[in-house]
Amino acid sequence: MIKAREIKKSFLVSIWFMFLTFPIMVIRVNPIEKIVEWRWKNMLVVGIGSFLLSFVWRYMLKKKEAGEKRAETGESGKTFLIQRILEERRFYIPLVTGLTIIAVAFPFIFSMYQTSIMTTALMYIVLGLGLNIVVGLAGLLDLGYVAFYAVGAYSYALLNHHFGLGFWSVLPIGAVLGFIFGVLLGFPVLRLRGDYLAIVTLGFGEIIRLVLENWNEFSFGPSGIANIDRPGFFGIQFSLQAASIYLYFLMIGLVIFTIIVVNRLQNSRIGRAWIALREDETACQAMGIDKTRTKLRAFALGATWAGMVGVIFAAKTTFINPASFTFLESAMILSIVVLGGMGSILGVIIGALILILLPEYLRAFSDYRMLLFGAIMVIMMVFRPQGIIANIRRTYKFNE
Amino acid sequence: MNTILEVNDLSMDFGGLRALDHLDLNVVEGEIAAIIGPNGAGKTTFFNCITGICNPTEGEILISPPGKKRNKINGLKPNRITKKGMARTFQNIRLFSNMTVLENVMIGRHCRTSSGIVSAILRGRSTIKEEKDVVDFSYNILKKTGISHLVNEFAKNLPYGAQRRLEIARAMATEPFLLLLDEPAAGMNPQESRELDELITRIRDEDNISILMIEHDMKLVMSLSDRIFVMDYGRKIAQGTPSDIIKNPVVIKAYLGEDIDA
Repeated sequence: MIKAREIKKSFLVSIWFMFLTFPIMVIRVNPIEKIVEWRWKNMLVVGIGSFLLSFVWRYMLKKKEAGEKRAETGESGKTFLIQRILEERRFYIPLVTGLTIIAVAFPFIFSMYQTSIMTTALMYIVLGLGLNIVVGLAGLLDLGYVAFYAVGAYSYALLNHHFGLGFWSVLPIGAVLGFIFGVLLGFPVLRLRGDYLAIVTLGFGEIIRLVLENWNEFSFGPSGIANIDRPGFFGIQFSLQAASIYLYFLMIGLVIFTIIVVNRLQNSRIGRAWIALREDETACQAMGIDKTRTKLRAFALGATWAGMVGVIFAAKTTFINPASFTFLESAMILSIVVLGGMGSILGVIIGALILILLPEYLRAFSDYRMLLFGAIMVIMMVFRPQGIIANIRRTYKFNE
Repeated sequence: MNTILEVNDLSMDFGGLRALDHLDLNVVEGEIAAIIGPNGAGKTTFFNCITGICNPTEGEILISPPGKKRNKINGLKPNRITKKGMARTFQNIRLFSNMTVLENVMIGRHCRTSSGIVSAILRGRSTIKEEKDVVDFSYNILKKTGISHLVNEFAKNLPYGAQRRLEIARAMATEPFLLLLDEPAAGMNPQESRELDELITRIRDEDNISILMIEHDMKLVMSLSDRIFVMDYGRKIAQGTPSDIIKNPVVIKAYLGEDIDA
């Protein structure tokens, strides 16, 4: 009885998918020979494929629901593998040593191209961790995060272009400028919450980009700024290869620094206040937390990190223009945080690696790259909305 | 006896609706006072006004914390009022559900501690000590309220009675001189509400915290409170000791809606 219904459901799903993919999978117009090709075989593949996959889909959904029920009744004694690894020292230490060796050896084993991609991924890890403070911990949906990234990048590009300032002196300036912009934009915006905040931050992100695009005297408009200096090391000029390795290690350093900072913050007085603010604003205020100041701190601190990575971005590419700071970029960083797991450091790192490296290495299937990307996002949000790694709170031991 | 909370002529309008109508009320040090009244009488609005969540249309709210000067708290933000020493719980439980029990209580310590972003990152000796003090203080409160065995549970996974207790614990962590409880016994069974009775008495006696509570459970109100205020349609219609109130014809009329003789 049930079996028949299941088959009927899957059958309908496969019909629906065949209909949906009909225009792209079946019809091919050849404009040169002026013929229309009908590829019915593709339709068959889609039909059978979706028919079978819909069974898997339903099985997974059932499993997930069962898991939720178990969690509600408090029976779930099963901790996740990753959680267990993090807790036990005998797994933890070899894992960290292994990762360190891989991280150190990476640029010497792989090509410059690979190193460069990895550096980009590391930059997104830091951006993700920065946005994680704002979105994951404090629960402020910021869709204009890229604005602060642009502030950092342009502060290095312009200071370098006009005054010849070096990378190391601008790095703190970029961070400070990011912070100042965070406070400036934060003040008027933070009385809003939820959707309204998201839309206003989206607007601010666009404003910054449009200003950079149109204010030719200041930012050189859409043509951007070229020939930005690469980071130096006490006046030593590197070759291209050495410079990319140098940048790679610089990013590794920044990632470690960021992890330490975020880790310390999230179990501090301020970090707890952020999470409380995310959970319930009214109760949070009634418990004596200054809402505006706490929000502003999160917003400004997130912006500081974006400013810093912005400086590094300008130094890495040696050329920037406003096209690098579109809304798509903000959406990408936000996806990293949401996919990885809001509020979870490890989650954000894994999220960034997946979302940045996967499209790079899927170039072989370049036609289906975005399709796969979309599919991963949909599947994640259906089966694991809390992200790859859910946020784990610190536990305390008392012996009395 | 010192008056620690004094509310004079308090009115609150929501558009054309008068939720509070020239209300006078005071709480003296060391007492357990209760506000009762039918649904929609304006009890929670009153709490919202004195804790700064709503800004009253008219009237003044004065507090005199023990050993400190009397001052007006109209129009202050909720967090400032909490810092001055009035903490509250909520009728519909508002815990931080994705934080652990201990962390919920630790949030209450926020306004009594001071470390900021920089000290959290540097984690110096004084920050570590402050953090340890916060943990110990919070754990002690959990022991007092009888939920210390749940310390590392997420607040959302707690049974109902424990959630109510956690709300009280969280408010106590702010070291108030006056604790405002909004229907602490709502949804509790007789056993749980007896235990709550004990807990509230203990808070008053051992921690020297005065209590003002809104409650519908008459048994609890009668056994606990030193004084009762009765509200109806935003006005105070009676006040007095439990034995006065129980005989008061105006109160009976408000609750039953008609004359006792009829």
